Parts: sequence; structure tokens; C-alpha cells
Amino acid sequence: MSKKPKSMMRRIHGMMFKLPLMITCEQFEDFILAYLEDDLPKRQKMLFEIHLKMCRECREYLEAYRTSIELAKDAFTPDDANLPDEVPEDLVKAVLAARDT
Amino acid sequence: MASSFSPDQKKAEDDAEVQSLRDGDLRATETFVRNHAPWMLALARRILKDEAQAEDAVQNAFASVFQNLDSFEGRSAPKTWIHKIVVNQALMLLRKRNRLQEEPIDDLMPVFDENGCRFEDPWTVLETPETIFQQSQAQKHISALIDQLPDAYRVVLILRDIEEMSTADVADALSLSEANVKVRLHRARAALKRLLEPLLRGDAI
Ligand SMILES: [Zn+2]
Repeated sequence: MSKKPKSMMRRIHGMMFKLPLMITCEQFEDFILAYLEDDLPKRQKMLFEIHLKMCRECREYLEAYRTSIELAKDAFTPDDANLPDEVPEDLVKAVLAARDT
Repeated sequence: MASSFSPDQKKAEDDAEVQSLRDGDLRATETFVRNHAPWMLALARRILKDEAQAEDAVQNAFASVFQNLDSFEGRSAPKTWIHKIVVNQALMLLRKRNRLQEEPIDDLMPVFDENGCRFEDPWTVLETPETIFQQSQAQKHISALIDQLPDAYRVVLILRDIEEMSTADVADALSLSEANVKVRLHRARAALKRLLEPLLRGDAI
């Protein structure tokens, strides 16, 4: 990701996020996990959602963040139907031998 | 283990399974091992990223299951109980390799300016999982990216997001506070988002 020279828009954001009912992107970042788990107190949830409406960067960031969780789940989800039935015979033997003694 | 039985039938079946294990019925034991080993191995592999160690973890887990049969009270399904045991055995091996130290992943964290404003390149394209998984290598590629995360974060992501364990259970398994688990989970997800970014922006694998 490239750090572009500070644009006018960025300066305006910087000032705007200091106004009442505004949080910065950095504060927004700290709320994400609790927000997704519906664990934020009412007022913080409201602040979070206001920021989400006003900030393109955080809105797109959150979308990508959510999608990557989905991707991880889909790529790795324990799916018993897809499991190979093959169990290494050595392993079965070792387990049974240990059980037998 | 998709089963079309009613919960009561399932429970009765589970109880019978555990009872025949307690009785030391060798044939029942073998069936039990063959039934459960595949998912136990898959779980241990995900945590350990190493076939031989995964097999060790599963072997240890079975030993622990057999040793503790008497204390299994049937309040949860056997699979839930065994799941916990496999996780603990795998984590124990991971710890032995000293791989659970917290490592910096600052390079993969989001970037802010001095006003706390986020740097985020515009997302003209955000692919959906459906389109991404149309590429045959997607699953492999994503697993490999998850494997790139430092273990201290990777394990939390796997246990919470993929195995869907509760924060409390993960905290317990890793001897961390719940707050610490949450911080690590968020960092792991943020880092993974960075690693997945080319894919999400539509680059071919
Ligand atoms: Zn923002």
C-alpha cells in the first residue's frame, strides 16, 4: 500500500473526526471485533456506525476484512464429508496397541 | 459424521459408544478410532502444519481419551469432548517447539496517519468468495496464506474463526486472558486481510 502525499480530503477528515460524535479511524479499528460480535455498548455502536457512514476508507476496509474471514472459513472449514477415510494404518495400530496394554 | 438421527437417538448412540469403550471392547475401540481419527488428524494438521506431529498429537489425544473415559460425564457430545482434547494435545506440541511466542506482525497491520486517519487504497473491485473459489487453486492458496501468519495469531484465528470455539475456551486452551485472545484474533484477521488483498482485488492466483 502506498502512502500518498497528504490530500486535502485527508486533512478535512482529520479535523472532522475530532468533532463531537466522531471517532478516528484508529478508534474505529479498535471497535471492529466487538462490533462484529455485537458486543459494543449502545453509544459506541452509534459512534462506530456514524464513522462507517462517513469514512470511505473504513467502510471498504471493513468489507474486505469481513470477506477475508469468510474466505478463511470456506477454505479451511472442517467438513466431515470431505475428509479422506484413510487413516494411516500405523497410527491405528499404535493407538490400539497402547489401549491393549 | 452427518447423521439423520434425532438428538435422542444420537445421544443414545454416543452413550453406547462410550460404554463399549469403557468395557474395553477391542473391536468397538477400533471402529471408534477409525471413525474419529480422520477429523482429529485434520484438526491437528491445521494447528501443527506438520504431518508427523499431527499424528503424534492424535495418538496422544486417543491415549488421553481412553485414560479419561471414566471422567467423561456425557454432558456434551463425545465429539466436543474429543475436540478439546485434540486441541490441547496439538497446542502442547506446538508449545514444545516454542512456537507460541508472540511475534510482531506490525508489517501487516493497518496504517494510519498522525490524525488517526486510515490509509486504504480505494477498492474498485472486491471479489466475493464465490468468484474466488471458482479458481481451482483458491483453497490451497488461502490455506498457505493462513499458514504464513505467526503461530501465536494463526492458532487463535483457526480456533475462533474456523473451529468456531468460544473466546473463553480459546483463552483457556492457550492460557491467555479473553481480552488478549480478542486482540490477537483481530490482529490475525487484519493481517490475513492484508495477505489476501491481491486475491480480493481480483488478481489471479
Ligand atoms: Zn475511518
